[in-house]
Amino acid sequence: MSHFSRLWRWQVGNFRREAAEGREVGTDAPGRDALRDGGHAMKRYSVFAIAREALRHHAGWERAWASPQPKASYDAIIVGAGGHGLATAYYLGKNYGITNVAILEKGWLGGGNTGRNTTIIRSNYLQDSSAAIYEKARSLYETLSQDLNYNVMFSPRGVMMLAQTHHEVRGYLRTAHANKLQGVETEFITPQRVKELCPILNIDGPRYPVLGALWQARGGTGRHDAVAWGYARACSAMGMDIIQQCEVTGVRSEGGKVVGVDTTKGYIGTKKLGIVVAGHSGQLAEMAGFRLPIEAVALQALVSEPIKPCMDIVVMANTVHGYMSQSDKGEMVIGGGTDGFNNYTQRGSFHHIEETLRALIETFPIISRLKMLRQWGGIVDMTGDRSPIISKTPLGNCFINCGWGTGGFKAIPGSGWAMAELMAKGEPGPLAAEFDMWRFKEGRFIDESVAAGVAH
Amino acid sequence: MSTRLSKGGRLIDRSAALEFSFNGKRLKGYRGDTLAAALLANDQMLVGRSFKYHRPRGIVAAGPEEPNALVNLGSGGRLEPNQRTTVTELFDGLEAASQNHWPSLEFDVGVVNNYVSRFLPAGFYYKTFIHPRPFWKHVFEPIIRQSAGLGSAPKDRDADRYEQAYAFCDLLVVGGGIAGLQAALVAGRAGARVLLLEQAAHWGGRAPVDGDVIDGKPAGDWVDAAVAALEGMENVTLRARCMAAGVYDHGYVLADEKVADHTPGDGRPKHRLWRIRAGKILTATGAIERPLSFAGNDIPGVMLAASVRDYVVNWAVSPGDRTVVVTNNDDGYRTAIALREAGLAVPAIVDARANPAGDLVAKARSLGLRIEAGRGIAKVKGGKRVTSVAICLQAGEGAVIDEIACDAVAMSGGWSPVVHLWSHCGGKLTWDTANACFRPDPARPPLNHDGGAMVHVAGAANGAMKAAEALLDATAAAEAAVTALGMKPKKAKAPVAEAVAEGPMEAVWIMPQGASAELKAKMWLDYQNDVKVSDVQLAAREGYESVEHTKRYTTLGMATDQGKLSNINGLAVLAQALNEDIPQVGTTTFRPPYTPVTLGALAGEARGEIFQPLRRTPMHEWHERNGAYFEPVGLWRRPYCFPRAGETHEQAVHREVTNTRERLGLLDASTLGKIIVKGPDAGKFLDMLYTGVMSTLPVGKCRYGLMCNEQGFLSDDGVVARIDEETWLCHTTSGGADRIHGWMEDWLQCEWWDWQVYTANVTEQYAQVAVVGPNARKLLEKMGGMDVSKEALPFMQWADGRLGGFPVRVYRISFSGELSYEIAVPASHGAAFWAALHAAGAELGAMPYGTEALHVMRAEKGFIMIGDETDGTVIPQDLGLDWAISKKKEDFLGKRGQQRTFLASADRWKLVGFETLDGSVIPDGSYIVAPGVNANGQGKTQGRVTSTYYSPTLKRGIAMGLLHRGPERMGEVVEFNTVKGGTVKARVVNQVFFDKDGEKQNV
Repeated sequence: MSHFSRLWRWQVGNFRREAAEGREVGTDAPGRDALRDGGHAMKRYSVFAIAREALRHHAGWERAWASPQPKASYDAIIVGAGGHGLATAYYLGKNYGITNVAILEKGWLGGGNTGRNTTIIRSNYLQDSSAAIYEKARSLYETLSQDLNYNVMFSPRGVMMLAQTHHEVRGYLRTAHANKLQGVETEFITPQRVKELCPILNIDGPRYPVLGALWQARGGTGRHDAVAWGYARACSAMGMDIIQQCEVTGVRSEGGKVVGVDTTKGYIGTKKLGIVVAGHSGQLAEMAGFRLPIEAVALQALVSEPIKPCMDIVVMANTVHGYMSQSDKGEMVIGGGTDGFNNYTQRGSFHHIEETLRALIETFPIISRLKMLRQWGGIVDMTGDRSPIISKTPLGNCFINCGWGTGGFKAIPGSGWAMAELMAKGEPGPLAAEFDMWRFKEGRFIDESVAAGVAH
Repeated sequence: MSTRLSKGGRLIDRSAALEFSFNGKRLKGYRGDTLAAALLANDQMLVGRSFKYHRPRGIVAAGPEEPNALVNLGSGGRLEPNQRTTVTELFDGLEAASQNHWPSLEFDVGVVNNYVSRFLPAGFYYKTFIHPRPFWKHVFEPIIRQSAGLGSAPKDRDADRYEQAYAFCDLLVVGGGIAGLQAALVAGRAGARVLLLEQAAHWGGRAPVDGDVIDGKPAGDWVDAAVAALEGMENVTLRARCMAAGVYDHGYVLADEKVADHTPGDGRPKHRLWRIRAGKILTATGAIERPLSFAGNDIPGVMLAASVRDYVVNWAVSPGDRTVVVTNNDDGYRTAIALREAGLAVPAIVDARANPAGDLVAKARSLGLRIEAGRGIAKVKGGKRVTSVAICLQAGEGAVIDEIACDAVAMSGGWSPVVHLWSHCGGKLTWDTANACFRPDPARPPLNHDGGAMVHVAGAANGAMKAAEALLDATAAAEAAVTALGMKPKKAKAPVAEAVAEGPMEAVWIMPQGASAELKAKMWLDYQNDVKVSDVQLAAREGYESVEHTKRYTTLGMATDQGKLSNINGLAVLAQALNEDIPQVGTTTFRPPYTPVTLGALAGEARGEIFQPLRRTPMHEWHERNGAYFEPVGLWRRPYCFPRAGETHEQAVHREVTNTRERLGLLDASTLGKIIVKGPDAGKFLDMLYTGVMSTLPVGKCRYGLMCNEQGFLSDDGVVARIDEETWLCHTTSGGADRIHGWMEDWLQCEWWDWQVYTANVTEQYAQVAVVGPNARKLLEKMGGMDVSKEALPFMQWADGRLGGFPVRVYRISFSGELSYEIAVPASHGAAFWAALHAAGAELGAMPYGTEALHVMRAEKGFIMIGDETDGTVIPQDLGLDWAISKKKEDFLGKRGQQRTFLASADRWKLVGFETLDGSVIPDGSYIVAPGVNANGQGKTQGRVTSTYYSPTLKRGIAMGLLHRGPERMGEVVEFNTVKGGTVKARVVNQVFFDKDGEKQNV
């Protein structure tokens, strides 16, 4: 039997199994209803559209999103066209019918951490409020390609978090018990099952033999840029204005309520303001007249040169500090730690790369002769309890969404969903309720670092 | 065909023939060949397949910029995927295999993608594979994954080793061409410590190939003399085969030296990673030639013009019998001349410029070469090898004027300075219109700690493309760098290269200028990733206008060459599509490494058992000899238990517990953190650090203490002993010693810097043994020496003395509830002391016990364990440890945190014990369920288990845990969840299960 037909049979088998388990959900795009008149005309993407365009050298494709000039005022302005900002705008439109919205972006959309993370999606968090919002996000990712009519390549290939000390075993057993009550499907698996799921993993290392793992079969990866692009296209289609190269330089208020923002493209009025700017939240908060318990540090990642597929799942090894998956292009995508000092340069120091690679070569001995193709850094905004802030602020009608730290990409749809509810209603819904910024004053922490899995 | 010439080849040694294999075919080459040169010498132009369309790929370049000629090198533990043939030095027995095809290089079914490539433009995968939903994971993505990737995944552990080394210098010069050599000479003569790196195995760069003349002699002679002069300078170090990979802050540079790539298995490390700290960095990294964008420019046989010249001059290899040169600059003529001088046919020089003029053009004319001015290539014909080119007017739309038979095309689109190292740490670029390239902007260099320029740049890397300019530029740059380092350049006669009059180049981004959409869909920008001119134009049309969007949407520049050949051409096409200037469009970010670095080299020597530092107690070897099953605790490895033949770990633990409770147990407690805190303000300091009062502790006594972080959460615990008036010894948890020492220093250095306190972490200076059980005193008495009676050494006191001749410090403390002595000896006595205790204790029933027995015994006694009962969200009050918190002290770390409403509330989960109704063990990690669900639909909880064990003493399951208002709920029955569903019922009890009144430890 040929290579391809074997592959085909195996995949069809998987598909049948999954369909039999009743996991299939709606196959069409509910988002289409929201794509109302007045928006940027959006041609549906499909294999037929590609075939049609192929015959005329793809000359008929239109802009994925429009490039408008700002209007004088909007019902709502989102600062920051990263994943979280764009998702906020999208759900404002889709869930609440608010489409007179501008999304202002200092650089290019999706250019921050959305476009420089290791694309892991999981929801096996310990604390209830974390599990709720990350699981909401994960479940939205399941159908996001269909909702947006844009293939974001969500691939639930499974995420495995290795337990390599007895302490870590207890930590993950605790998470497994918590997840059971939270409705998040995870299981604690044996070293033998670890080896079956990831044959290149060395489970008998001399220092930290694998004692088990927390396994989330419906975790996985997505195509990070496509998430931003897909949301941007859908927002534009709803008539929202995505304004790139437009930096906010000031926040104006009257009577304790926000009225507009000064930008490099002039003053723009607004009834509501959502600040969704990750690493630069402190600066925006200062413009709006309040302070945040946030610090910015560089988090690094790297990729190897592409090789043929050898690893189908995502593995995180927190005791030794490293995590790895293989992209669809064949690169090994590797994440490491954060630098121990605050900074805004989107590059990192070398010693973290070294530590990460030492750990991963021990965990995956076959990668030793691969080569590092590229290393980069991103600025992550960290709160005191390593959980996000989705909150009202001391300034009326001004809302903030930040503090996602090292775990933002996986949260994008859930974060946007919760932030949109907060902005639309003026009060948080259950998803955002615990993530207010006053929790630090009260000591009401949502501390995820207490679980064995600290990294994302 | 491509073949070996009978004469020439400045880098090969014809007396040293080597054998190698490619796809199993046995071939011959010479010492000094690169694998690419040897392949071409054997007429192997087709070497691989492209990533997306699986199109045939040939060798394009002669350096690290090569995007196509990547192979699987070696096999087994020495298999190296994606190895660039152009920088692989040939050695005898080398095995190489081409990549990314099935079933063979010549016949690859993946090429079906090529036939439907019009349906697979940039980003097509974002627009399709959307329905039906499960198909992405189960059908589409697996097929894409199978066809993606390049080299094979290794299967074996790496057979080679790597090492890392440090170097320090005043000036690091990167690049051993004439500019780098001259810069090193200037700096060396000025007395600077100079480190000169060259990525290739030989010195001199392009000048010897280009036929430059320096000081009246061939460039090669000047290079040899310069290298000899540098080797004679004590303050100069030269390192060939050493690639500077990345520039980091403060003059930190990583360089990868390929020590034994060309001599595998000779026992030397494969690579040596240099971590260099340089006062200043001078990059003389040269320039990389750009391809031209014409239809069919990816067909094997189409090569960079200068690389064709390299193969002819350096390795005496002719890439083709008939080579058409296509160029937009005079440098391309050098290739035509070199080919002709080697006796090869050059049917035409196709020059996009209308009026080429200059010394090289004149020389080509005088050799009788046909020059087609104002012309371009309409199309290259051929499949797996070029067969002919059709030429047209460059200014036109591609109407064919003539067709010229040939088997190779040498293209030159101008040169791009290698600006990577300049850019890694923030150096900015400026657009050089004359050379149509980005070069470093001297006004915006990357900055050092002092605000001065960290990186200087010289030669072609600085846009000084000709030899004469490059030497002048290098002299000036080196003098500037040396001066900035506070040294004086010596006056010396600068070398002078013979000037060659060259006509101006003319930027050509698309050939011909008015090419149709059909032609543009066949013009490759990125050969490996199959990105074409039409793809970049599509991205621009669809609004992916930022250069980062275009890169990510089309994958331009994301291949293993990271855009070395494709980026500038792609930017130019994007700029045209957006109707903007190239500098406005800008570049994507340059990231380390310059060329990929082997992961093994980045990890260095730290492999296997020592991949992290391994800490051993003095008794470690005894444990190994006696069959200990270890567990990692921080960087230590501690015995978890000592199983005997036929025993499970669980049985061993139960035996150890029972033996210790009934007779005598010995625990290696050396890993316990031991920090000396000393000084006039030490008492005050410890009162701030601990929740209790330590300043009033009398000399000779011990006190249990708790440490919290600023948030108020419990972070560590341990027994503190007062050694003398000004000295305390603080015991910490094993895992916490370094963290707590750092925490102390943090406060002393950053906040209370005027307090007179000195701390020293003496954890490894002492070996410590816990002697535990009813026979503990008997053993010490048997050892003989100091008085360890109840009267002489009561509970919670310590004393110095001798036991069995060993100098000891004995603490009367207990973590098990038994009669217990913890005895510290200097580390050098540890092994002997431990052995002596075992020898003397044999008749008293002494057995070693491990960490798990320790855990079980402390749980039976209701003692908390940091990391089990605490997790960073628990305050001492939650654990009923209010007694250890001073009410009198004005302040301590964590006090303010604990006053916050949520922490001060009575509604917290608090520590209690649990007994299951059926005697079973509550599952680890289980939560105590509460009725109903919360607003997010999650099952409600009211507590959780923190420690749960089978107690061999009580013969039943025991547990501790946190329960909402737990201490108020004694006797109540609660339910713990299980992962399988269902619950375990347990009664709320006091957490002290054994010897509640502490009678056993106070005997």
